[in-house]
Amino acid sequence: MESTTPQDAYQDGNMLAGPLSEIFLAEMTRTVGTCAGCRTSHMLAQLRVYGHAPGFVARCPACGIVNMRLVRGPTDVWLDMTGTLNLRIPMREA
Amino acid sequence: VPEWPGHLAGQHVDVRLTAEDGYSTQRSYSIASASDGEIVELTIQRVEDGEVSPYLVDGLALGDAVELRGPVGGWFVWRPKQTEHVLLVAGGSGLVPLMAMIRTRRAVGSLAPFRLIYSVRTPEERLYKPELLQAGPGTDAVLLYTRRVPEGSQRPQRPQRPPGRLDAEDAKEWGWPADFEPTIYICGPTGFVEHAANIFVDLGHDAGRIRTERFGPSGG
Repeated sequence: MESTTPQDAYQDGNMLAGPLSEIFLAEMTRTVGTCAGCRTSHMLAQLRVYGHAPGFVARCPACGIVNMRLVRGPTDVWLDMTGTLNLRIPMREA
Repeated sequence: VPEWPGHLAGQHVDVRLTAEDGYSTQRSYSIASASDGEIVELTIQRVEDGEVSPYLVDGLALGDAVELRGPVGGWFVWRPKQTEHVLLVAGGSGLVPLMAMIRTRRAVGSLAPFRLIYSVRTPEERLYKPELLQAGPGTDAVLLYTRRVPEGSQRPQRPQRPPGRLDAEDAKEWGWPADFEPTIYICGPTGFVEHAANIFVDLGHDAGRIRTERFGPSGG
């Protein structure tokens, strides 16, 4: 808790709620994505998010490959979803 | 916050600070209060070498404007219509969004049985001390000290245990049994959340009922 260990160096997808709310109408942290690497499904809130790169890098909690990259420039947002096969987006509250 | 739309317990806001030269940075902070008109309460822990929190704690004066985005988040939330048992597990300032759940439960008169396990390093770092001592009927709170228990206390500590990290015995004793199928909310530094979530999965709790929020090394 007091020192930064590699295990501590990430947050989770809950923190993407704000940045994604600028792009999507739906609340996106409850969205379930399928990882293109290991084919497991995870809620966006459960991805491991590394924020010290320019922008955010979200990795699969099971296999670690990058599922999503989100970079905000002065005029545009770049969203790279190469590592995600599909998203299931709930349209009603839980 | 003018025109605040109200929020759910567990949601957060992004606070953006912009310097005169245009440099801008932002952090997420959990909302501590139950939804109540246009008042929004944040609890911010000062991180010594942090970029944002020292300014918010020491540099911000009453009446200063800050840029907020939110409320955001829809998974790490407790809704008043939930009636199942709830176990809240906090590491340090991870207590903040869980406090919003306790306050919301009280504000709406919910009968959902709540338990809180609050892991904190030292007595000085405890948050919401008076309020948690009287969390109200239906909310049991237990404090676990990881480094140092209070000195010279007249009352025996509850629970009586040496300072140390949350372990499976604590989780069994102070949590709900897996048979009760509680929803478990765990919030704190990333290492704490991983550790605690593993304990509850090992005790037989369905991972699908465990909701986690990690704020990184220190929550700066």
